[in-house]
Amino acid sequence: MTTKLMGQKVQRVEDQRFLRGQGRYVDDVAVERDLLHAAVLRSPHAHARIVDIDVADVLDVEGVHAVWTYEDLTGPMSEPLPLLIPHPDLTHGRTQYALAKDEVNYVGEAIAFVVADDRYVAEDAVDRIRVRYEPLPPVVGIDAARAADRLVHDDVPGNIGARMEQSVGDAPAAIKAAPHTLTLDLTVERSACTPLEGRGTVARWDPDLNRLQVWTSTQSSTGVRAVVAVKLGLDLGQVDVITPDVGGGFGVKINHPWPEELLVPLAARALGRTVKFTEDRREHFISSAHERGQVHHIEVGFDDDGRLLGLDVEFWHDHGAYTPYGLIVPIITSTQLLGPYKPQNYRVVFESLYTNTVMVTPYRGAGRPQGCYAMERTMDAIASYLGKDRTEVRSVNFIQPDEFPFDQGLIFQDGRELEYDSGDYPASLEKIKALVGWDEFPAFQAEMAAQGRHVGIGLACYVEGTGVGPYEGAHVHIETSGKVKVATGLTTQGQGHQTVFAQLVADELGCSFEDVEVVTGDTRRMPYAVGTFASRAAVMSGSAIHLAAKRAKEKVLKIAADALEAAPEDLEIVDGVVSVKGSPGSSIDLGTVSVLSNPLRYAFDEASKAATQFSVGDPGKPPVPEDEEPGLEGKDFYSPERATFASGMHAVIVETDPETAEIRILKYAVVHDCGHLINPMIVEGQIHGGVAQGVGGALYERMAYDESGQLLNASFMDFLMPYVTEVPDGIDIDHLETPSPLNPLGIKGAGEAGVIPSAAVFAAAIEDAERVGRPEFTVTAMPISPSELFALRQEHS
Amino acid sequence: MSEELHDVRLTVNGATHEIRVPARRLLSDALRHDLGLTGTHVGCEHGVCGACTILVDGAPMRSCLMFAVSAAGHELTTVEGLADPDGSLGPVQQAFLECHGLQCGFCTPGFLTTITAGLRDNPTPTHEEARDMIAGNLCRCTGYQNIVKAVERAAEIGAERA
Repeated sequence: MTTKLMGQKVQRVEDQRFLRGQGRYVDDVAVERDLLHAAVLRSPHAHARIVDIDVADVLDVEGVHAVWTYEDLTGPMSEPLPLLIPHPDLTHGRTQYALAKDEVNYVGEAIAFVVADDRYVAEDAVDRIRVRYEPLPPVVGIDAARAADRLVHDDVPGNIGARMEQSVGDAPAAIKAAPHTLTLDLTVERSACTPLEGRGTVARWDPDLNRLQVWTSTQSSTGVRAVVAVKLGLDLGQVDVITPDVGGGFGVKINHPWPEELLVPLAARALGRTVKFTEDRREHFISSAHERGQVHHIEVGFDDDGRLLGLDVEFWHDHGAYTPYGLIVPIITSTQLLGPYKPQNYRVVFESLYTNTVMVTPYRGAGRPQGCYAMERTMDAIASYLGKDRTEVRSVNFIQPDEFPFDQGLIFQDGRELEYDSGDYPASLEKIKALVGWDEFPAFQAEMAAQGRHVGIGLACYVEGTGVGPYEGAHVHIETSGKVKVATGLTTQGQGHQTVFAQLVADELGCSFEDVEVVTGDTRRMPYAVGTFASRAAVMSGSAIHLAAKRAKEKVLKIAADALEAAPEDLEIVDGVVSVKGSPGSSIDLGTVSVLSNPLRYAFDEASKAATQFSVGDPGKPPVPEDEEPGLEGKDFYSPERATFASGMHAVIVETDPETAEIRILKYAVVHDCGHLINPMIVEGQIHGGVAQGVGGALYERMAYDESGQLLNASFMDFLMPYVTEVPDGIDIDHLETPSPLNPLGIKGAGEAGVIPSAAVFAAAIEDAERVGRPEFTVTAMPISPSELFALRQEHS
Repeated sequence: MSEELHDVRLTVNGATHEIRVPARRLLSDALRHDLGLTGTHVGCEHGVCGACTILVDGAPMRSCLMFAVSAAGHELTTVEGLADPDGSLGPVQQAFLECHGLQCGFCTPGFLTTITAGLRDNPTPTHEEARDMIAGNLCRCTGYQNIVKAVERAAEIGAERA
């Protein structure tokens, strides 16, 4: 019996090409060919009317081929970009144009698009475009948006794009009646995904085939394909979108189409040449998306044990200048805030607000880090108020293992009920306490205090709805060589899909792992797909691939049973060979089964001779049996009723410097439950990366906008993304595996989890460290820098 | 307005290439777009992320901060030149594979070249020195945990192969 690969630390197949410099990222496509390059003129103003654009000097630049402004766009291209996820409560949704029409609403908004022989020349040409602006007063930050003295969009009163409310029970009444109440005001600043590879698109119009080929660094190739076809007036069948290797996504590449994803294909068709746009780093900061900026007001009522009786949350979400991705981020905050707890009475209201800043779309965690921060700060505040251990307060509020499935009574981001499928939160808490040394910590803290050192511990719990629908699909094709070609439509940004999906196929099909080749994000291979977001790839495509492999296997066994004159149930497949159980001499390999599956008229090699009409089958029957198709293939789709809910807990021990207020991480521990693990090495890698992004978001990263809407830190020099020197030296990880009942593999998503509790866990640990021999204060604003911590000390001394 | 072009001879991974480029052509662009050596990646174009790091006469340099014309007469090594002569993965590459030191792979070439030079200078780094060795390169995927392990493993492989 072949060893099952599910659950094994299988080394990644994609690494061979990446390690040799043979990866193929979008900027590597069409290199050294007859290629043109694009550059974009972007608004220098956060808010301005465009009075006039003069491009007369541009075409004088040698090597410039064309320039587009809004005036040159016609038909669907001249309409606003799509609002991808409409919602009835998004009463004032607005999206930008591919090129600005009359007005710009953030620094970085695209105004003109130049195509030239190379990027240097294209940028020279951009510099020659003269735009006359009439600057308008900008709205920067949530306070300014709420004050609404100035409007981002004239026709959006109060700068309010949406107001949404959900509730279960009667939170205000329950709080009023509760023996204890607390109020908290909590803020989180903006950060961004900042993958090392920015956005990029290449397009080639093939006049011979009348087709467009687009390579783009996206998290949804089918999404880009559909919108390119609509905007360019092409039939869907004329557009292929290929997602090559992608240098990180973390959410920002799920939004589509970016203006350039339409303008590059437009230019390629107009000029009859291959055109490429590669975003530079500054452009990524000012024209891709941000996330996280929110202000929260919380009122909570609880009993003597810290048990929640009522929770009333109001928050304000800064969605920037436009709302292409709808309300997904604040809806996730509003629902996932509940974490592993059952507050009994809950009301949440949010306003999604316009500002003259870069728009907001999901960044790993997608509203959960803010929700987790709000809930866990509340738990810490309750514990502090009651003088109880923080884990005790959490314990009394946990949903218990026998209460699943647990319906929170709310509607989740996918429009389905927020119903948790499985989990074991008390077991996770025991594990994290043991892993971080929770019970031993007070002694350690006292010991350190005696040496004049301030150490503190924090803990935070989360639940993450993963694997949302609507569906993903997979196609498995066993070729006559015995090699297995697998395609799924969602895309890959470093998660090792080629490895983990091959593990699933090898397990189900009984072929060797090395014979499986997985392709993702190529609409030519799988035109039906949704995309990679919401920690859904393993759950959705993993399940679809498993099901498709199962179908292929059924066909293998049917054909092999005929050939071996045995019953299908008596067969087994090991290392790519089908044999009768207990009689290994009677066998046939997968390649030969594939040959037999496709009756041929023409032989072209030794193997195919065996499949010609004179060699195969019963002359009394049609060569392809009724209800069958030629070829050895399996195709299937997975479409779950609702999301599956992963969970976990993080704990951190930090030391704060009594003089400088520097914050040092001494220990970081993670307990993670994503159901059955396909490849623990890859899951742990995802956690590591999430934790590092979480450290960035909690201690370093922010978008420093000035009052005029200029982003002051739009470079890696000034935006403090963690180096190795900022991340914990070692992350202790323990897994709990509570399988999901919703999919055939019992898996849950793992991609985002690492980043969710960071703001919460660091705020708690810093606050705890500061308590040592000082007046207590509460950390209510994240991220927190040493100077901000120092200021807090001054304020409370 | 025609840009003045310069003939430049670049020696990359032992092979010599003749290109004609403007003075402002970045070395990173010349490697990628003129020579087709796309293994060197550009992550920031202001010398901070380290993805474009190559070896210039054995020393790690950010190819986005050099002009192609100034690389003439120097021996350049890119990620494409790090495999062993028989085509198998070099020690640093092998260590990254074993330790899962990469995810999206975009920053990886810069880490591989940096560590190659680092281990040449210090073949037996302590844990702290292993962390220091990569402290100038950004990675957004791995949280660096497995990259540090890969530095330590690469040192072991280097010793085994020596």
